[in-house]
Amino acid sequence: MASENQDMPDAGGPVQGLTDARARQEEERQDAILVDDEQKIHVLPGSTDTSASFEFLHEDHTLGNALRYIITKNPVVELCAYSIPHPSEPKMHLRIQTFADMEDNNVYDVLRKGLMDLQDLCDVVTENFTTARDKFVQENGST
Amino acid sequence: MSARTDEAFARRKIIGVNEETVTNVSSKDFPHHYTTSDQVEDPSWFLRKFQEGLEITFHEHKPFDTSFSLIGIDASIANAFRRIMIAEVPTLALEQVYIKNNTSIIHDEILAQRLGLVPLAGDPAFLEDLKPFKYVEPGQEGGSAPYWGNSIALELKVECMWQEKGKERARQGETDPKQLYNNSSIYAHQLEFVPSKEQTDRFPACFIKPVNPEILIAKMRPGQKIDILAFAVKGIGEDHAKFSPVATATYRMLPVIEITRPILGADADKFARCFNRGVITKSRVTEEEASREGSGYEGHEGEMKAVVSDPFKDTVSRECLRHPEFKGKVRLGRAMDHFIFKVESTGQFTSDEVFLESVRILKQKAKKMVVHLDNLVGPPKEKTGDVAQEQGSAMDTDG
Repeated sequence: MASENQDMPDAGGPVQGLTDARARQEEERQDAILVDDEQKIHVLPGSTDTSASFEFLHEDHTLGNALRYIITKNPVVELCAYSIPHPSEPKMHLRIQTFADMEDNNVYDVLRKGLMDLQDLCDVVTENFTTARDKFVQENGST
Repeated sequence: MSARTDEAFARRKIIGVNEETVTNVSSKDFPHHYTTSDQVEDPSWFLRKFQEGLEITFHEHKPFDTSFSLIGIDASIANAFRRIMIAEVPTLALEQVYIKNNTSIIHDEILAQRLGLVPLAGDPAFLEDLKPFKYVEPGQEGGSAPYWGNSIALELKVECMWQEKGKERARQGETDPKQLYNNSSIYAHQLEFVPSKEQTDRFPACFIKPVNPEILIAKMRPGQKIDILAFAVKGIGEDHAKFSPVATATYRMLPVIEITRPILGADADKFARCFNRGVITKSRVTEEEASREGSGYEGHEGEMKAVVSDPFKDTVSRECLRHPEFKGKVRLGRAMDHFIFKVESTGQFTSDEVFLESVRILKQKAKKMVVHLDNLVGPPKEKTGDVAQEQGSAMDTDG
């Protein structure tokens, strides 16, 4: 048995096997994989400009709840809620309804603003966190 | 605004923890929730206001064990960071194990599983340069092919043998395997990094090694061999727990203890014992307090009273609510917008890096979704200027 297992042809392959040119090709392909070309947001049927349900693919509570919070903060929004329709499907649904009698109440703009605000929030957290950490290290040293 | 309403407004940010119930559990910091006269301030999203309201303080900062507070943030955001730290920060772990020979008593698949769970550390720049690996079932499209830019090779080639004069010692009654055999126990440090030429060309000092060298992988006896070539790739915790960069990433909300009526004398001692040490301390009732009418201190000057000293150490056990003598004298709760994070890294990245990476990933998610939204409905029309401005302000805070 042992001798049979001794020489597996593919065992040494992946790292050493590729030439530089092929490796570069592979690298480009990798980058392409990471930039998802799959459309991740869809609008569900029955949507209007002031109320729409969006389907996010490969997203969960992480983005769902964060986005729900920041969109609800928008005063033109009457309701914003998210759900995971089925636990074994990688989908997240987000419902946005805006006040029909208000200005700037287009749901797509509201969603875009929510995504922008979330990015701003992340920048602030990063900045504050680094400052607080550096201050703590300066005062106490990192042990 | 009277002191009374001030207090009522402050209570909005506190979750009530009572004997049998919890109250005020969800955040109501949204427009249209309160009437205008009832509003403390406009709860709409303003970046400037968030920036001013956000406070981050550190409690502990060891490389792999960090504790800090995020104050002035909503649970949904704090939870997003926690979830990302556990499940979405890319981490290197052994994924493919080629077993050339294994005559030890550990089955191949168990051995592979054990190796997968060994936390790896390495040259930070090298790790950062490594590309995430997307695995798909054979025959399916879209997966990554392994190459030097996304795979790390590690070798484990060991054989157990009798030590010199080991047999002699065995005859004399020695039973300790360490005195009799070499390689009777195989440890994680025996995994050897095999860099490819391309890897050493780019990172001359690159290294990959187990975080803890003493992790036991297998036990062997003379004549048994393990010969393995294994490949580590970067994956995420969502796929397998071995790819999670943290042992624990948790938060708790800051406990709030409010003594509403005086707790004096022997009761104060008993009260302090209801909490962790240091949470409640005692101090003497002052003359001023004793002379204040309706304070409950009248005629108790010089007696000991219970004082809340450090609620941070509390666990909100609610023990004090079980005793009739404290009824109506204490109110327990948690601050809704104060999150005490604890991030314990497995050793590949430092804890603060893991947190910063989680913030970066959340931002990246939102950024990517904007692109997908544009694909769906086209870029914003007359609002273009506004959005550009908003992006501009986002850039400002990068500084």
